[in-house]
Amino acid sequence: MTPRSPHAAHARLLDEIGAVDCVGVEERVAKYMTRSIKKASKVWGLRMAVSMTDLTTLEGKDTPGKIESLCRKALHPHDDPAVPPVAAVCVYPSMVRHAKRWVGGSRVRVASVATAFPSGQTHYRTRLAEVRGAVADGADEVDMVINRGAFLSGDFSRVQDEIAGVVEACGAAALKVILEVSELETYDSIRAASFLAMGALRPGDFIKTSTGKTSLNATLGSNQVMIEAIRDFYLDTAVPIGMKPAGGIRTAKQSLQYLIAVKETLGDAWLTPRRYRFGATSLLNDLLRQIERERTGAYQAPYSFSEAAESY
Amino acid sequence: MPPSTTPRGRARAGLIFGDLWDFDPAPETADPKLKERYDLFIDGRFVRPRSGRYFDSINPANERKLADIALAGTADVDAAYAAAARAFRPWAATPGRERGKYLFRIARLLQDRAREFAVAETMDGGKPIRESRDFDVPMAAAHFFYHAGWADKLEYVAPGRAVAPLGVVGQVIPWNFPLLMLAWKLAPALAMGNCVVLKPAETTSITALKLAEILQDAGLPPGVANFVTGAGETGALVMGHPGAAKVAFTGSTEVGKAIMRQLAGTDRRMTMELGGKAANIVFDDAPIDQAVEGIVDGIFFNQGHVCCAGSRLLVHEPVADRVISKLKDRIRVLRVGDPLDKNTDLGAINSKAQLATIRRLVAAGVREGAVLFQPPCRLPERGFYFPPTLFTNVTQSHRIAREEIFGPVLAILTFRTVDEAIEKANNTPYGLSAGVWTDKGSRILRMSTELKAGVVWANTFNRFDPSSPFGGYKESGFGREGGRQGLLDYSRRA
Repeated sequence: MTPRSPHAAHARLLDEIGAVDCVGVEERVAKYMTRSIKKASKVWGLRMAVSMTDLTTLEGKDTPGKIESLCRKALHPHDDPAVPPVAAVCVYPSMVRHAKRWVGGSRVRVASVATAFPSGQTHYRTRLAEVRGAVADGADEVDMVINRGAFLSGDFSRVQDEIAGVVEACGAAALKVILEVSELETYDSIRAASFLAMGALRPGDFIKTSTGKTSLNATLGSNQVMIEAIRDFYLDTAVPIGMKPAGGIRTAKQSLQYLIAVKETLGDAWLTPRRYRFGATSLLNDLLRQIERERTGAYQAPYSFSEAAESY
Repeated sequence: MPPSTTPRGRARAGLIFGDLWDFDPAPETADPKLKERYDLFIDGRFVRPRSGRYFDSINPANERKLADIALAGTADVDAAYAAAARAFRPWAATPGRERGKYLFRIARLLQDRAREFAVAETMDGGKPIRESRDFDVPMAAAHFFYHAGWADKLEYVAPGRAVAPLGVVGQVIPWNFPLLMLAWKLAPALAMGNCVVLKPAETTSITALKLAEILQDAGLPPGVANFVTGAGETGALVMGHPGAAKVAFTGSTEVGKAIMRQLAGTDRRMTMELGGKAANIVFDDAPIDQAVEGIVDGIFFNQGHVCCAGSRLLVHEPVADRVISKLKDRIRVLRVGDPLDKNTDLGAINSKAQLATIRRLVAAGVREGAVLFQPPCRLPERGFYFPPTLFTNVTQSHRIAREEIFGPVLAILTFRTVDEAIEKANNTPYGLSAGVWTDKGSRILRMSTELKAGVVWANTFNRFDPSSPFGGYKESGFGREGGRQGLLDYSRRA
């Protein structure tokens, strides 16, 4: 093993930040699933989850019309005035200016994926140009993907330098760094990539689990490893980094389990859309359905909520 | 947490574990179906004690009375042994596959009534419903299933040798896992063809007597299992009875020694599962967050009322500060309170007497100069509760590092080398369990050989399985429960 080999880089980083035991992580998150959230605390959690949602559409068939309908849903998820708007709409760069027309000036922010989402496999200068273009069109937040090829081959400095370059290209926009945990495979790698990313980020930026474009997306386990990394980084540096699990969170119950993980690992200061987000689409209507259930005591049919996934 | 400063004077970031999102009470509401009065279970029937005397069983979570429990005296214990002796020959002659059917039936009936038993166990003993629901009751059923599977395969327990039952076995079990300890004792004894006289702990008799209802429903022949209730005197009658071919005891080392003195010179067999002061050893290469979780599971599981609890933390000096600070953050989010609340992590201390013992030893720790840490937590006004407690600056000579506290109190010591860790871990009269946390496999293997403990867990703690034998070294006792080894302890080899 030479000091410059990929293995050496990985070993040095792990030595610095510590390893993760897979069985232990899964036992920890299993306890979140046994928590029982009732009554007022349930409603609080459901509304908080709504306010943390990055309502997302990332499809080849997206049109300005689809974006308009998504934005209206984002601003006004439900007739119940106690239900807050979502945190952001998350769209492709070409849709940013359309989204801006509808949510500009409101509390709802426009997030754009960029950097050749979801694979990231194009020239670095092209990726940077895409970020600048999205920001110029009015994106408040940019969701980038890391260079997984470089990470897996041990070229950590390249991964971090690229993130630093994107931070610069973002200007005032907040950055969310997608690790694509399913391609990193191990919890050790997820923790390592979290630290690499956080080392280049500013307070208020995020790390994010997944693109939603692979078979395995956010899990409570990967969420736990990343929020523990955020906590350790914060306690060392006093820099608070946000977290965004994305993909695979479809039910209100799941989202409450993620929030319990946040409450018990990062504490109250992360129970805010400024530091925690859900990347999701169908989650929103299940949250609304459960909120209505708490209010009226009965479940409403899916079609009584607008923009139901079934209608596409 | 108010911001504190590092040695270099830089403001340090802290985490806020407040009540921004307070959970509403989430009580388990299943009916425990308790009776007002529980009689003795002798010869397949519930019978009143000859003395006519009863004692109260109270709920340690609120000090309210749950039921009257019969107090068994000499005549009752004699009657139980006589019933067991009558039942022994036909039971031992019953084919193994038939005995297995009864055990399968008991296991399934217990599963059918799992929620009811979990609530009863929690009300009677104070443990969180999450644990009685997810651990005690399913594990008790698993022990009946496991031994049901053995009942028709006994010729393979000791290959090449025939095994035979011993006769009537006297058993006394503790209050920390009432139903599970009963299953550990009853299932192997019955599978092997023995008959049983068992005494549950005086503070936690109810689930044993509820299980007696299941034994009736399962059609278990009368006299095969008899339950007598009472305190230490009844226990001494059960252990000292001349009708016992073997006695099996789980409880404190002190009582275990008294039983051994009482039985010295007789031909009765014994197995003893006694106290412990387990070392949980964390090396600098361990996955720290998961080790912290294991430490928490090790000492706060069942309020620390666990004979194999990891009550001594030995932590490698290079990571000691890091581990301790993470441990403090972790126990700040433990929820202490109503055991029936599904979100409770630490329930009630089993009895007033045990609470007094814990308080006395904690006071001794403070007096001897150890540094106490308890997270802020609101304890219910009524009932017996004690907050999760850490002691740092502990040395080997502190009482809290030597004596079994049997409560949610962790003594933290440090070490520098592997040899020092082994030396400190073994420097105790006990030897029931130990935990090792390291990323290095070869070190796990070495530690498991050198630690004088019946169970060594690697990168986990408090994991149990019916197929895995459990038992101690030194003053933690002898004999094994569970697995093939546990069955052998209930048999004669022909």
